[in-house]
Amino acid sequence: MNAPTLWIIFPIGLGVLLLFINNQRFLSLVGGSIAVILAAIAQFVPIEVALRVGSLSLRLDSGITILGRSLVIPPTEGSLLALIYGAAALWFFGAEASRTATRLVPLGFMIIALMVASIAVQPFLYAALFIEMAILLAIPMLTSIYRPPGRGVVRFLIYQTLAMPFILLAGWLLAGVEASPGDLALTAQSAAMLGMGFAFLLAIFPLYSWIPLLIEENSPYLVGFLLWILPTITIIFGAGFLDRYSWLRSSPQLILALRYVGLLMVVTGGAFAAFQRHLGRIMAYGSIAETGFSLLALSVDLRLGIPILFLLIPARALGLAVWSLSLTIIKENVETMRFGEARGILRVTPLAGAGMIVATLSAGAFPLLAGFPSRLALWEGLSRESVGAALWMAVGIAGLLTSAFRSLAVISMADEYTAWTPRESFTQMTMLGLGMIGLFLLGLFPQAVHFFLANLPLMFEQLGR
Amino acid sequence: MELTFAWTAVILMVITSAGLLFVRDWRWNIILLAIQYLGMFVLTLQHWPIGMASVKVVAGWMSAAILGMTRSGLSEDASAEESLGPRGRLFHLFAAATVVLIIAVVTPAVDTIMADAGFPVTNGGLLLIGMGLLHLGITARILQVAIGLMTVLSGFEILYSAVEGSVLVAALLAVINLGLALVGAYLLIAANAQKTESL
Repeated sequence: MNAPTLWIIFPIGLGVLLLFINNQRFLSLVGGSIAVILAAIAQFVPIEVALRVGSLSLRLDSGITILGRSLVIPPTEGSLLALIYGAAALWFFGAEASRTATRLVPLGFMIIALMVASIAVQPFLYAALFIEMAILLAIPMLTSIYRPPGRGVVRFLIYQTLAMPFILLAGWLLAGVEASPGDLALTAQSAAMLGMGFAFLLAIFPLYSWIPLLIEENSPYLVGFLLWILPTITIIFGAGFLDRYSWLRSSPQLILALRYVGLLMVVTGGAFAAFQRHLGRIMAYGSIAETGFSLLALSVDLRLGIPILFLLIPARALGLAVWSLSLTIIKENVETMRFGEARGILRVTPLAGAGMIVATLSAGAFPLLAGFPSRLALWEGLSRESVGAALWMAVGIAGLLTSAFRSLAVISMADEYTAWTPRESFTQMTMLGLGMIGLFLLGLFPQAVHFFLANLPLMFEQLGR
Repeated sequence: MELTFAWTAVILMVITSAGLLFVRDWRWNIILLAIQYLGMFVLTLQHWPIGMASVKVVAGWMSAAILGMTRSGLSEDASAEESLGPRGRLFHLFAAATVVLIIAVVTPAVDTIMADAGFPVTNGGLLLIGMGLLHLGITARILQVAIGLMTVLSGFEILYSAVEGSVLVAALLAVINLGLALVGAYLLIAANAQKTESL
């Protein structure tokens, strides 16, 4: 047995099999349970170490060779896999409540497996090919064959596909830079290619116009899943470039560029969120700001930045899951998610309304919520290097908090004597309740996830050392 | 002789990629796309053995067939082709000419970066990338978007074949091409669903 078979090939095969099942509850429970098992194996079964079970000796090899190239999951990446599949379990368990299990669970397994493959493939720059395959699988997940696709889906497909050529060519050019480090022109060309590739992949300003469109047109839960998995793995893939190429790591221009781009994402995300009049678009801009925080984490001293980067992952996964599930439930009860239509919706979907507000506040670093510890650490780290940058980050956070309070005002603004008529199902209430408790627990006891996160920086050879 | 073949392929690709911009009949679009993949095969042959290069043309033709078969199953009324007026044609001609001109100017510089891939290879690759991007910029119709993306990828694959000879990469790129065609077909059917219902 080997690790890539377990965490890449098996989930793809499982996803294909699950496509033939139509029962929401069954899919949600089976998908979530299998994801939990995969996460537990990743966390507790060491790779490349022989285990004796009675008279049997089991050993999980780290690599597999396909067509002359390898897929390798080293022992140091076990915790990352546990985090990814653990978060996937969260999304899959919530899929029944959002009534998206038939699409999310089968295709979600395949997308996650391909994203894991993108981290595992050697040479690592082939990752762009796997990411592109995941993007292609995301299209049938997002759209129904019975409904015309919107502009957001088409734009998503175009922008994400254009990233692949840039990343592949940048990878080839970077090999040239390694061979002749003094060639400044080649260095500039490869950095520009790499920048363009990641700008498309991470939907960097101004290439993020598809995100709000996508949320308006599709199920927020499905879009939320993509807004969690795609940027998370892409950022780790990007950090892999920094880890591998010392000239990139030590380039002050690149660090500055990361900082400015991160701030641009946080500030524009926060500011646009503050002025939106559509609950879905607020989540879109919130997720854009989240990507900005991750980029900012890569721009501070990496001994501090890398642990912060990993600390941002669980908060993002849980926050987006609660946020998108809440919006999906709200969307079921209103015609559109515009402020005018969603006025007073708190009396119809109280837990969904509360979940949305708590998740928005968490994204805006509200104290005692999941997003607070990582953002506070990031803010502190950033302020040590540039007070101006820390102030701009505060502007973005203020925008996110403003959007949370505006949303709260709108959903609670019902006519006088309007009765409370909750329409949430038991499953929806359970999942939202658990999600909100999770957001508080992560905020109150951030050390609870330390068990998963402590070894994650070891996956890099140079970063954070 | 090889060089003559390569330049012939480039000229063929100028015609097909420009044709894709002007022609609105989907049948001609699919035929032009298939011919474009033939040109791509010739240029890929400059650096790859015939076995690997034929993967490109086979995958390309399969992709064109997927799009063609899907489109042929849709009613003519349901997705009526928008026709280009004389001004539209003039604009497209001007834009295509600008792209060809820019490509001609930048080819020598890019050829140096691309490890001297050869002028026809670099020129052909850049031409398809440029025309594909132009295509994506001026249309929002699903079939045209799919063809535009496939054109951009074809151009990139020509360039990339000069620097990368991995079998895995060739296989994955073929899978991506086919996947793109399948996604295009899926979106075409979805875009047509409501219209068909209302007929």
